[in-house]
Amino acid sequence: MLRLEPRSTQSFAAAWLSPVMALVLTAITGGVIFLAMGKDPSTALYIYFVEPLTTTSGLSEVAVKAGPLILIGIGLSFGFRAGVWNIGAEGQYIAGAIAGGGLAVYFHDSESTLLLPAMLVLGTLGGMTWAAVPALLKTRFNANEILVSLMLVYVAELLLVHLVQGPWRNPQGWGFPGTRMFPDVAIMPLLFAGKRAHLGTLITLAIPFIAWFILARTRFGFTVRVFGSAPLAARHAGVHSHRMIWRSLLIGGGFAGLAGVIEATGTIGQLMPDISPGYGFTAIIVAFLGRLHPAGVLLAGIAIAVTYIGGEGAQISAGLPKAVTGLFQGIILFYLLAFDLFTRYRIIVSSRTTE
Amino acid sequence: MPDLIIASVMTMMTAATPLVFAATGELICERSGVLNLGVEGMMLIGAVFGFATAAVTGNAPLGLLMAGVAGLLASLIFATLTLSLLSNQVATGLALTIFGTGLSALVGFDYVGETIDQIAAIHLPVLSDLPVVGRLLFGHDPLVYLSLGLLAAVAWFLSRSRWGMILRAVGDSDVSAHAIGYPVVLIRYAAVAFGGMMAGLGGGYLSLVYTPLWAENMAAGRGWIALALVVFASWRPERVLFGAILFGSITILQLNAQAAGLGIPAAFMSMLPYIATIVVLVLISRDAIKIRLNAPACLGRPFRAER
Repeated sequence: MLRLEPRSTQSFAAAWLSPVMALVLTAITGGVIFLAMGKDPSTALYIYFVEPLTTTSGLSEVAVKAGPLILIGIGLSFGFRAGVWNIGAEGQYIAGAIAGGGLAVYFHDSESTLLLPAMLVLGTLGGMTWAAVPALLKTRFNANEILVSLMLVYVAELLLVHLVQGPWRNPQGWGFPGTRMFPDVAIMPLLFAGKRAHLGTLITLAIPFIAWFILARTRFGFTVRVFGSAPLAARHAGVHSHRMIWRSLLIGGGFAGLAGVIEATGTIGQLMPDISPGYGFTAIIVAFLGRLHPAGVLLAGIAIAVTYIGGEGAQISAGLPKAVTGLFQGIILFYLLAFDLFTRYRIIVSSRTTE
Repeated sequence: MPDLIIASVMTMMTAATPLVFAATGELICERSGVLNLGVEGMMLIGAVFGFATAAVTGNAPLGLLMAGVAGLLASLIFATLTLSLLSNQVATGLALTIFGTGLSALVGFDYVGETIDQIAAIHLPVLSDLPVVGRLLFGHDPLVYLSLGLLAAVAWFLSRSRWGMILRAVGDSDVSAHAIGYPVVLIRYAAVAFGGMMAGLGGGYLSLVYTPLWAENMAAGRGWIALALVVFASWRPERVLFGAILFGSITILQLNAQAAGLGIPAAFMSMLPYIATIVVLVLISRDAIKIRLNAPACLGRPFRAER
């Protein structure tokens, strides 16, 4: 007979083993799915999980994809720690891209080196503004931040479509939805010739270290940690829940907005309807897989980015639909949540079946 | 003119029906104390399996049955994780939605662009031919009646039946319900499974009746709107109908306005249902005390039998 016994403190080993186990089991499940689809599982798994890491251009692509995932994941992890469920990062990402990218649309013949920094600032503010709506409605009217932030994803998507098909459409674009290409001064410089990794990629990879410092070394980081683990104690210690909601959402929105504008200025070079392959949603998985810890989010972002690139490779070379990537992401999270049982409980095997 | 109004009401009901299915199911789930944010994912799973079944067999009612079964099976993943393995309900629900989006896109890959014979509106001799009320009362597709029937059954179940009372007790105080001797976890499994079946049926309605085709992500946020509807309804079944009709009207209104060409960009009109959801949430949540009184007290909290 199996029995659960709560641990007095969370198991550190179990907490860090469960993401690894989740990834391994997802790979095994993936093999079974490929088999069911009539594909050779070892080849398909190789394409998904190994091939992206074997070439320099593959590595560069992984870095490009990991950037936004890590950036958004870090921002969300602050809120998730504090129990503030911002799941509308996808909308905040789009809002950031619109706010920052809009500047390049209006100053499309600019040669000022200030344009790019200004875009980054505006993008961050754009994401924060989008996240401020659920923060305001939650603190003022008690409206559920999960639903409000999610509804705003659809609003942002529609707004972007409207802008790139209407007022901001490229006059020389033959009717395709999309803005003009950004001027050169609004494009992130590339790190290596011929590869897509750019300055923005470098910025996003540096963020986890800053986030780690904030969480581990500042008073604010401390309150976030306390608020998440013991809200009542935090309230007695004078941490205001309203302030925590505002900060969590603004940080999450700001990082997501920054990720959006970096993607627009770095990888794409214009605004168009498909500026995100669901980064904002995938980043939720990245945050959990990384245990809401900056170092973990960094590793998780890279791991999930590998499956993105692998998914693209599998689409081209093995004819597998891109949707497999999304399915894998859901399965990873399921396994992770299942394994989390061991971080909070011990499994006791008792000989007696009845008491 | 009356024809136009009747036609509008008819389409309004078709827009409201998937919401009635999904929100009624989620209402039962939440009344048992479980918050399942995976409604959107379960709807998509129901939509794709329902459509695929109908496309392969040519039998749309069988497709609808499969939609319900698929939604139910998907909800059991959620139930196992949250109720047996005590995972966080919010995170697990999100995982279910991400999983459902991916799975449905994968399964539906081969069915994009295929067509099926949709479940048609019923036609009763004499009754459906009555002027005005004929079509309004007797001219919908069978699923409109099924969704309303299920909603009425749920309303009766919760307020009048013994098991409905037990379900509410489990949602309001799991510890006491357990102490009295009710199987809390088992009841919650059943409630989650019912919610999954209803979300699957709602999804099946989308792909078999509303727009008889499969398109990736075709639920377009309806699962989330259904979640908002449950809050809007203050966890009372009879108010779900009101909310669903409200959202159905907004959907049809904005579609008609787009067709009429009022000079408002189409994208802004399409935003209306989502913005309306936010507005409604704000209006209803403003009274925090009322929400606290109406919401099941154990909503979202994991339960583990101590003894």
